[in-house]
Amino acid sequence: MAGSIDDRFPLSVRDSETASAVALPLASRLHEWVTTVDHKKLGLMYIGGGLVFFLVAGLQAATIRLQLAVPNAGIVSPQVFNRLLTLHGTAMVFLVGMPILTGFFNYLVPLMIGARDLAFPRLNAFGFWLWFFGSLLLYFSYIGGGGMEGAGSAPAVGWFAYAPLTETPFSRGHSTDYWILSILLASVGSTATAINLIATAFSMRCPGMTLNKMPVLVWLAVVDAGLMLVALPPLSAAQIMLLLDRYLGAHFFDTQAGGSALLWQHFFWIFGHPEVYVLVIPAFAFASEIIPVFSRKVIFGYEVMVAASCAIGFISLGVWAHHMFSVGLTPAGNAFFVTSTMLVSIPTGIKIFNWLGTMWGGRIHLRTPMLFAIAFLFQFLIAGLTGIMLGVAPFCWQLTDTYFVVAHFHYVLIGAILFMIFAAIYYWFPKATGRMLDERLGLWHFWLFLIGFHLTFDTLHFAGLAGMPRRIYTYQAGRGLESFNLIASVGVLFQALGMIVFVFDIVRSLQSGKLAGKDPWDAWTLEWSTASPPPEYNFEEVPRVHSRRPLWDLKHPEDPDWKYE
Amino acid sequence: MGAANREIARGAVFSPVSTPASAIATLAWFILAITFTIFLIVSSLLTYSVIRFRARPGQEPREPPQLYGSNPIEFAWTAIPLLIVFVMVLTTIRTIFDVQAATEPPGAIHVRVIGHQWWWEFQYPDLGIVTANELHVPLSDPAHPTPTWIELESADVAHSFWVPRLAGKTDLIPNRINTMWIDPHEPGIYLGQCAEFCGTQHAMMLIRVVVESRPFFDQWVAAQRQAIAAQDAVARGRQVFETNACASCHTVKGTRAHGTYGPDLTHLMSRRTLGSGVATNTRDHLKIWVRDPALMKPGALMPAMNLSENDLDNLVAWMGTLK
Repeated sequence: MAGSIDDRFPLSVRDSETASAVALPLASRLHEWVTTVDHKKLGLMYIGGGLVFFLVAGLQAATIRLQLAVPNAGIVSPQVFNRLLTLHGTAMVFLVGMPILTGFFNYLVPLMIGARDLAFPRLNAFGFWLWFFGSLLLYFSYIGGGGMEGAGSAPAVGWFAYAPLTETPFSRGHSTDYWILSILLASVGSTATAINLIATAFSMRCPGMTLNKMPVLVWLAVVDAGLMLVALPPLSAAQIMLLLDRYLGAHFFDTQAGGSALLWQHFFWIFGHPEVYVLVIPAFAFASEIIPVFSRKVIFGYEVMVAASCAIGFISLGVWAHHMFSVGLTPAGNAFFVTSTMLVSIPTGIKIFNWLGTMWGGRIHLRTPMLFAIAFLFQFLIAGLTGIMLGVAPFCWQLTDTYFVVAHFHYVLIGAILFMIFAAIYYWFPKATGRMLDERLGLWHFWLFLIGFHLTFDTLHFAGLAGMPRRIYTYQAGRGLESFNLIASVGVLFQALGMIVFVFDIVRSLQSGKLAGKDPWDAWTLEWSTASPPPEYNFEEVPRVHSRRPLWDLKHPEDPDWKYE
Repeated sequence: MGAANREIARGAVFSPVSTPASAIATLAWFILAITFTIFLIVSSLLTYSVIRFRARPGQEPREPPQLYGSNPIEFAWTAIPLLIVFVMVLTTIRTIFDVQAATEPPGAIHVRVIGHQWWWEFQYPDLGIVTANELHVPLSDPAHPTPTWIELESADVAHSFWVPRLAGKTDLIPNRINTMWIDPHEPGIYLGQCAEFCGTQHAMMLIRVVVESRPFFDQWVAAQRQAIAAQDAVARGRQVFETNACASCHTVKGTRAHGTYGPDLTHLMSRRTLGSGVATNTRDHLKIWVRDPALMKPGALMPAMNLSENDLDNLVAWMGTLK
């Protein structure tokens, strides 16, 4: 069969054993991806695009660590260093975290609720392309940032872009405009995705799937999308105000004309804090699917898990000024934000305990996805506890804007979120491609990355306590910072090796990985009931479910879930 | 900078020498004890369950018993954390008020700190002193406290004043006056640094706080209040300073230079460093600095002065007398 197609289309790649699609010439296949409105293709494009930017922004981080490995290093100039830290931070949030996580939701939500696609497929494609071109715009600033006045340069204002450093007297040229416009575009795209996810979960569920029977992941997608809907517009509004300041003589944040620098900080963190949860809730979602399957037990306390997630969503909207404990709030203001911040720890603790309850009494299979998930549990626990320390306002007066904060949020972003992203990739890669990732290479990836992560970020806590502020391009010898920084930089080597193994594993498994079949993990949610990769229409017939684990019911007709829910 | 750093007192967050920093450290140890206990308990449970419930080869391929949840257990692990949070919130709020709502005792020293890209201006309004980058404060005896009350403002973008052994951070925000206080009870030189990203040379915005006993502090005050004396031997250098752009940005009391954009240089040579901590304050470094500050501090807002070699020598000779 393949031979005759090869004759007609000499450029076509040989058909793989499982792929049912007819192999087309490269141009046609590209065209198919560019014009697609299929949630699976768009999801994979989000994830693939995010991973590419992850490598770019990761190289920038490696350069930062190289410069800070020893005191008074001159690897990069202060200007270049400040651009590196700005683009690294901005890219990791908007060009890596957001697309990879929305990509997973894009791919999984319709499959898990037995739908053919998202509610608004074309809006979905629109959101993706806004994100895609917005992202390119951010890195284009390296070429166009100087504007007409000179050679280009990227923005150097930090990912939080505090006013009035972003105003024209302090940021000339166009680099800050690139920061504003690229994030503005990406945010509009994310808002569209959020609307789409909510509409899909609420109106496209297959027969039998009441809200109370939605997989935990879908519930968390709804919470996540709700947070995006509320959190992103303040940032977009503030960015537009900043553009008005820069080009139309408005004075929102222009302190030289009486504007308010604090106003920007409030806007930014009203967005910025919920944004942390926008990024971490998908990690919770993956954990809530992966931990039960590899513990061979139903999730412990489904209702409590969903309620705790909703509580986290709501409380996270009222804690933003804990990023501003040192700006001189009143004692009462500080007390309020200490209290609200501490309250978040309660539903967060509940989630950790419920995952523990799921593992307890189970039969834990330590495959790669589960290894990453277990590391996630430990690291998220530590991140939560250092978060409590930072929530204690007086302690925060010492810790804020130091490497302790850097270590804390990298524990969240890498230790929790990235580890769960890796877990999710190992877990759903077989579904999306029809092939397994290699278990042995997965172990190498896991251990190398784990060692590197801890070398780098455990030590940075101590650098902060020893008095090292964030965002400094160098530091002096003799301040007790040398060994922490050197160890942290050595850790990057291990992380980089881990990433090389990971990329190699993906490339190799795409071509010659073991065939996965429909349901390689003996799992319980609907996506595992269709082919791998799923056909464009997802399900041959609309599924009908009776419980939260429809495949469990099929596999255990003698003891189905719906008896107990 | 090795020599200049040797005289700096070591230690940071957990070696406080001033009441606000001590209050924070005490609270911090309490919070660390609680969080470390939680970590031990939860991580032991996690480790135990991973080891105990691990799938082993040779087990029969039966699924383990399915447990859907338990309301009493859920209640327990909601209520206990709630109690812990309650305790932590109350102790935290008490420390917030102890530090932030402290009343100023009579005899306090007043300082205005003004953040600039990328240096610190220190004004003593009661004493008529303006200096830069090196803050001198008297030792505060707990029996007769003479704390220093600090007002923080910014001339351009947001900065943050942080000397870990003396107090937590307080930001300097344009169009806003913040306050903080310190009452150091051990003499020494304490290193601090700007902690809010403020542009190119954020990293080189170091603070030195010199804490000395009252007689030494009073001596320093008396010296700082004097205008410069005429020095005929170096009068040519003074002329270079007054007739070039130097005078439009810097003040030297007793000359025609009254600029306020850059640091007050009246007693430049009494300070330990140049450029807010980039180099020790020697004549050789000073000459490099005046020739082109970007050589030491790329991005610094002071331009290269393009003086002839002769003028430069005369100028540095005169500046060397500004003690």
